[in-house]
This record gives sequence, C-alpha cells and structure tokens, in this order.
Amino acid sequence: MLDALTVATSVAALALAAWCGFAAYRDQPTKDWHFIGMAVVSLLALVQLIVGIVQLVRGEKPEQGTTIFVGYLLGALACIPAVGFMSLAERTRWGSVTVAAGGVVLAVLEVRLYDIWGG
Amino acid sequence: MAVSEENGTVAGQQKTRPRLISGPGMLLVWLYGVMVVGAVSRSIVQIATEFDHAPLAYSLSAIAGVVYGFITYSLVRGGETARRAALVCCAAELAGVLIVGTWTLVEPSAFPDATVWSDYGMGYLFIPVLLPVTAMFWLRRARGAAGAES
Repeated sequence: MLDALTVATSVAALALAAWCGFAAYRDQPTKDWHFIGMAVVSLLALVQLIVGIVQLVRGEKPEQGTTIFVGYLLGALACIPAVGFMSLAERTRWGSVTVAAGGVVLAVLEVRLYDIWGG
Repeated sequence: MAVSEENGTVAGQQKTRPRLISGPGMLLVWLYGVMVVGAVSRSIVQIATEFDHAPLAYSLSAIAGVVYGFITYSLVRGGETARRAALVCCAAELAGVLIVGTWTLVEPSAFPDATVWSDYGMGYLFIPVLLPVTAMFWLRRARGAAGAES
C-alpha cells in the first residue's frame, strides 16, 4: 500500500514538474489548472502521510528509523504547497519554474522515502 | 532611488529596498529553502542520535545549514546590505563545498559518515556546488537592476 502510494506520488510529482516546466517554456505563470494539479499531488502526499502513520501505529518499523521516516513524510506534504504560494507571489514564468523544481524535489523525497521504509 | 525601474518592481515598504526575489530569485529562494531544511534537520537528527559516530561530518552539516539559512533570509529581506552579505556567504559556501569536497576525497577516513558537502554535494544532485555559482551571478546582476546607488 505504502509502496504503491510512493510510486504514484513520485509519478504525479514528475508530471506536475513537466507540466509547469512547459508553462515556463511558454513564458506563462501558473494558472488555476496548475493549482488544481498541485492540490492533487498534495492530496496524494497527505494520504501517504496518513497511511504511513497508520502503518507505524500497527507496529511496522521503517528500516532506517521512525524519526527520519516521519520527517520525510512531513517534508513531502509541505513541499508542493510551499512552491504553490511562491508561485502566487511570483506571477511570471519563474513562478512556474519554481513549481517545476518543487515537483522534482518531491520526486527525490519519494525515492528517499522508499529507501527509508525499506521497500 | 525612489523606484527600482527594471521589471517594474516596486518594493512597497516605507523605504524601497531593491527586491532580490523577483524572477529567478524566487527559484533560488526555493532551492536554498530546501537546502536549509535538508541540512538543518539532518544535522539535528544526527547530532542528537549519533554524534560520536562522525562528529566532524555532522558539525560541518550544521554549519552548512546555518550558512544556507542566512543566505535565504538575506534573499527574502532584500536591499543592498543584504545583497552584499548574501554574496559574501555564497563565496564562503562555494569555498566550503570545494574544500570539504576535496577533503572527503583525499582523506575519507576523517569522515565515517557523509556531510551535505561530501564529494562536492553528490548526494544532493550537486546542488550544493551549483547553487552558490548561480546565486552569485544573480546577485551581481541584481546590483545593476537596483540602479546606480551605492
């Protein structure tokens, strides 16, 4: 369950990065549709956090430690909302580039999460 | 001096500070912010749980986190003083990455565990070595945008 979510979230994050990268290439700021995309990716990260905590409560142990695991889950959740607000403050193509960078960072976090959980 | 002309950016404070986070600056703030969270949280966890394992490596990560934090704050704050301070810190950061990176390659025994700056920041996609160079270009350019003060 958790592994499937990790894969889904990283794919969604990379798709968001490509989409916003394309917007930046066309010299456009982030639009409503982009924010809906960010909401979807953030929702996946939220579900992942909840599932991760449920797994911990049920007594499963992440391979590299509970603290690091929860830290990365929280980081993954905060990632996309943070770039979303930054792109609201920067209504140029550079706002889109920032969101694209946020998607890439989230994908990297997901790879690390996969290792930490020991999948 | 009243209005920074380029990009039509007007800092709306009582005293106009040249903004450092317009355009590409926003991307820099994001990447530096990620490095702050990464370096600081990593060093806190490692210093709290296993400091004796590799004290040098964990202390260097903590220092890196503080430097990143200061640069991020300077970028967000804006203004000529902050720009200069950030420029100095970026130079220090670049020197740190190069020195520590070389150090980890020459004498791996001093580092039982990795730091943020090990192998020129390879574990962080080389962002630690690319970021200060990009930031220094950006900050030098921002001086022109701020007009002929100073």
